Amino acid sequence: MAKLKLEDLKRIKERVHKDNSLREGGSTAKITVHMGTCGIASGARQVMEAVLDEVSLADRRDVIVTTSGCIGLCSEEPLVTVEILGQDPIRYHFVDRKKMRQIFRRHVLIGEVQHQFALGKGTEHETTP
Amino acid sequence: MKTFRSHILVCGGTGCHAGGGPLVEKALIKEIQRRGLADEIKVVETGCNGYCAAGPVAVVYPEGIFYQRLTPQDVPELVEEHLLKGRPIERLFYREPAEKEGIPEMRDIPFFAHQKLIVLRNKGLIDAEQIDEYIARDGYQAAARALLDMTPGDIIEQIKISGLRGRGGGGFPTGTKWSFCAAASGDIKYVLYNADEGDPGAFMDRSVLESDPHAVLEGMLIAARAIGAGQGYIYCRAEYPLAVRRLNIAIEQAREYGLLGRDILDSGFDFEVEVYQGAGAFVCGEETALMASIEGRRGMPRTRPPFPAVSGLWGRPTVLNNVETYANVPQIIGNGGAWYASIGTETSKGTKVFALTGAVQNIGLVEVPMGTTLRTIIHDIGGGIPDKKRFKAVQLGGPSGGCIPEQYLDLPCDYEAIVQAGAIMGSGGMIVMDEDTCMVDMARFFMDFVQDESCGKCTPCREGTRRMLEILERICQGRGEPEDMELLEELSTIIKDSALCGLGQTGPNPVLSTFRYFRDEYEAHIFEKRCPAKRCVDLVRFVVDPDRCKMCGLCFKACPVHAITWEKKQPAWIDRDKCVKCLTCITQCKFDAID
Repeated sequence: MAKLKLEDLKRIKERVHKDNSLREGGSTAKITVHMGTCGIASGARQVMEAVLDEVSLADRRDVIVTTSGCIGLCSEEPLVTVEILGQDPIRYHFVDRKKMRQIFRRHVLIGEVQHQFALGKGTEHETTP
Repeated sequence: MKTFRSHILVCGGTGCHAGGGPLVEKALIKEIQRRGLADEIKVVETGCNGYCAAGPVAVVYPEGIFYQRLTPQDVPELVEEHLLKGRPIERLFYREPAEKEGIPEMRDIPFFAHQKLIVLRNKGLIDAEQIDEYIARDGYQAAARALLDMTPGDIIEQIKISGLRGRGGGGFPTGTKWSFCAAASGDIKYVLYNADEGDPGAFMDRSVLESDPHAVLEGMLIAARAIGAGQGYIYCRAEYPLAVRRLNIAIEQAREYGLLGRDILDSGFDFEVEVYQGAGAFVCGEETALMASIEGRRGMPRTRPPFPAVSGLWGRPTVLNNVETYANVPQIIGNGGAWYASIGTETSKGTKVFALTGAVQNIGLVEVPMGTTLRTIIHDIGGGIPDKKRFKAVQLGGPSGGCIPEQYLDLPCDYEAIVQAGAIMGSGGMIVMDEDTCMVDMARFFMDFVQDESCGKCTPCREGTRRMLEILERICQGRGEPEDMELLEELSTIIKDSALCGLGQTGPNPVLSTFRYFRDEYEAHIFEKRCPAKRCVDLVRFVVDPDRCKMCGLCFKACPVHAITWEKKQPAWIDRDKCVKCLTCITQCKFDAID
């Protein structure tokens, strides 16, 4: 990658927004496994393996699987965020392999939010100041 | 290419197809043509949208409105109201399925509701190993501004206006520190980044490094520009492998993009960063010891002055800041110092990240505006004390800090108020203790930590903390002497006054603050040979009081060595020859029947 110039920052920003936004990127769902030390210690890697396995079983290329850091609630790890096009993101807590498979098959594939595993919906982030 | 003012994405997946999707689509195209909108509105058939249960579904852009369970009969209304008149039809909106009603909004969950995110603004949102995702959240914009549009003086001015103070513990104004270093003579200067987080129970820095490493790199780059440094070192302990790995990935990606290296963003400014892994000595969090360690010498502090801003790493002017301090910098430069100064209290601006841990429901990382009360942090955000236990005290600032009891819970958290209450802000470790904690034992624990971590260079710390630990151990074992408290106070004062560095000077703080608020517990240990919290095993008799015993058998079931005899309707009895004093029975007993 060549050296960036100022205008490249903006270009990258737009491209990432495009790739990550579910509609423009051509994806319909995004699953984020939160993998800080706390998450990994409580089993986020196994959860990640489970979701990757489910995605390949279902052969769904329109599902983005990604990782991110801790959201702060370390005592309820592993945490997973599921975002479906046009809906509020749902955060699941205390996820394990089995729950992850169920969440994928029920929530991601057929749209049934697994409320019994959910911590909350929406986002705690404010829009930029 | 033709541009359409609106796109309607009709789902063409199998689910919607079976539910009548093609009829809806045909009706839509027909209706749009009838209204003469064919040049303005494009109907697109998409792949499965994933929400087959609500099909046929369609999404109208640019508004992004999600319509569900469409029928051909809905189409004329949809086209007329929404597409022609711009009034979306609420009747056909996506409704939360009934089972979702039980899920609260993230913003309404108390743990998140009271937080304000500046340092942690990207937590859980971006992939820490992808620089592009950081850039997409306006990353490196502040650095670009600092490098291209601002002079070093402007940067320092903004930091001064913001009122940012060092988040590592001392609370020294960051802008002032930078201006000292900027004014120091010398063409080679360094910026250092202290990620040697060592307080027991603290994990703020680790978490920030793991989830947002670029924020700290950007803060460092801005600091380098402000003081004119060309080289930076990140001192991170090897015990944080994930943080070190993500930092190295971040540095590599920034280098590839030319955000580190020569002529950054065509500004003519050069800056390089290297990670230096420390072996985990607590004293290396002290600035002069940290620099000695990077230079390849033993991690031991030296006397100050000269301060690092004048003579630091390899004798050159050096700025050293903590992880959280640097993570604040891009936000201050991006949004202006005045914005930052509008958050917080009179003397302490911005937010503070705390690692909330111990006897609290929600263990985790919280960021609150300065001035938030401890009660809000512990009871609202933390969710209070588990198992219906009573709150006893909260330890702030780790082994250098002190404990704050119940009566000060409404204290607004800022640097000055916390010092007045006998603790320090520290780097943000917040350990909550319930009624089961023995404060003498807690002081002993921290003293054990400090004497263990003492580098041994100066006598007050090396010998003094060792002697203090011996006295505390004696008290916990029931061999305390009446004059011990006086002796501890005297030693504390001497160590505070004479130790070489912060570690020794603040080492006696846990003892002093427990003296201040929990003197009665020391007296109970020394004079009555009794541990009120029943934690000091040498002072617990392990005898069941038959009057208080409710004969429930919980202790019997819990005892790992089968030292307890119990039958239904009979009080329990502990065989003290078999007992290993593990305290399990005392923890289990709901009726306080074991002494």
